[in-house]
Amino acid sequence: MSKNYHEIFEKSAGWLAIGTVVAISFGTLVEITPLLFSKETTEPVDGLKPYTALQLEGRDIFIREGCTNCHSQMIRPFRHEVERYGHYSVAGESVWEHPFLWGSKRTGPDLARVGGRYSDDWHYAHLMDPRSVVPQSNMPGYPWLDENLLDGELTPKKMEIFNKLTKGKMHANDEDGVMYSAEEIAAATDSVKGKTEMQALIAYLQSLGTALK
Amino acid sequence: MSSFWSYWIIILTIACIAFCVVILTWNLKNHVGVKEGESTGHEFDGIEEINNPLPKWWTYMFYATLIWSVYYFAAYPGLGNYKGFLNWTSSNQGIKNLAESKAAVEQNRLEGKNVQLDREYAAANETYAKEFAKYTNRDVMDLAYDTEALKIGQRLFLQNCAQCHGSDARGQRGYPNLTDDDWLYGGTPDKIKETLLYGRKAAMPGWSDALGEQGIKEMTAYVLSLSGRKVNDKDAAAGKTKFGMCAACHGADGKGSLAHNLPFGAPNLTDNVWLYGGSHGAVEETLNKGRNGQMPAFKEILGEEKIHIISAYVYRLSRPEESSK
Repeated sequence: MSKNYHEIFEKSAGWLAIGTVVAISFGTLVEITPLLFSKETTEPVDGLKPYTALQLEGRDIFIREGCTNCHSQMIRPFRHEVERYGHYSVAGESVWEHPFLWGSKRTGPDLARVGGRYSDDWHYAHLMDPRSVVPQSNMPGYPWLDENLLDGELTPKKMEIFNKLTKGKMHANDEDGVMYSAEEIAAATDSVKGKTEMQALIAYLQSLGTALK
Repeated sequence: MSSFWSYWIIILTIACIAFCVVILTWNLKNHVGVKEGESTGHEFDGIEEINNPLPKWWTYMFYATLIWSVYYFAAYPGLGNYKGFLNWTSSNQGIKNLAESKAAVEQNRLEGKNVQLDREYAAANETYAKEFAKYTNRDVMDLAYDTEALKIGQRLFLQNCAQCHGSDARGQRGYPNLTDDDWLYGGTPDKIKETLLYGRKAAMPGWSDALGEQGIKEMTAYVLSLSGRKVNDKDAAAGKTKFGMCAACHGADGKGSLAHNLPFGAPNLTDNVWLYGGSHGAVEETLNKGRNGQMPAFKEILGEEKIHIISAYVYRLSRPEESSK
């Protein structure tokens, strides 16, 4: 009578867990690990610029308000998407994104290239009351963004974190090799202080997708 | 991808497939020490586990997926740097700017590469290019009275312009009504097309510092009087003396920059069309804070062919009753 090797996994939750982790780790090892070392995914596109202090704050508001729940930032290479949203997204646009905000659900339209598509005034009206400009919209309004003021206290810290995260991934011709210089970080608080969250979010939205040109 | 990572992927992937084959084949034999069809001795709530073999249909399906995976890896790019015999890619992911993207499309075409997105565009061009070609060489003025062109124009307008100008094109506060014949930058076919292609950016500065509270009040009275509204005559007269600073853009007569062939987009103040509202409060707000109307540029987004047709549609919007020029 041969031994039932499979019993090891059937009778011990520990071995089952270890076996599961080993099995699924192959997916990571094959599909993700090589990307961490691939040029296409670690080199920025030519036009990529760091977010300004205000845009950076706007990005955090985008995250805080859960915009990614309904809006993706990833134009797939299909004709019907490219026709509607613009050039498909490429990896080089996202190399400085931490975390990336590609999203996975489109209740609203994709925002990967919304920058420059509408005027600031339009975004303001739309965020205050989406139905004032798009009658059939089911997006909620965000009028409190116009009341909340930024104090900018954490802005320098955020910029420093981005400096760490993007180390070695800046443009090849960038001499100092960091995303934000010491002066930019020092000036960050003042540059956002007193601005509304609305202004920050609109600044962020207007920057989206403008790097590929 | 460096050849190290390429081999890393190839070896791990093939190893995984081979492992699946081994596990499946091994499990087809009875290894549990209990004869087939007999009880394994596990019983719970009167339900007994019998040592049955793997279902045949399930086993065959498993083998089928394994065979499919071999075909898939041979045909498509999946194994490291191996391109697959179909030479297929979805798009040109490595590009760093739009010029490279365009060059890559051309390069792929010359090399006969199998790029999914390029193929979709080629197929679409085959269908639609001749539709657009019918209109591209015709005058905007001519298209404005062509029913088919107007239908296409309306579709494009609803998809791309209605968010601001409204589905009926009557605009709203801050976004011009396109159905009246009142224009900021010009309503000729050429000007409309220019606006669509390159966008417009208006810049009315705020005057609260220069005029002060009383000055704003007076200027508001004067501006409203220009369109024949009843106002405090004394205020209006006082406002008129300072209108010089407005005249640079709106003209000394307040008839707007277009009437003087100037490209500022400064509205005519003597008609009763109000972009930001003609109430006392709205005009005061405009004077205090200024206005920065902006029309985005659509050249890169839509391309000239479509804009050509939209121009005709927009041109015709303010002339609905005419059946021909």
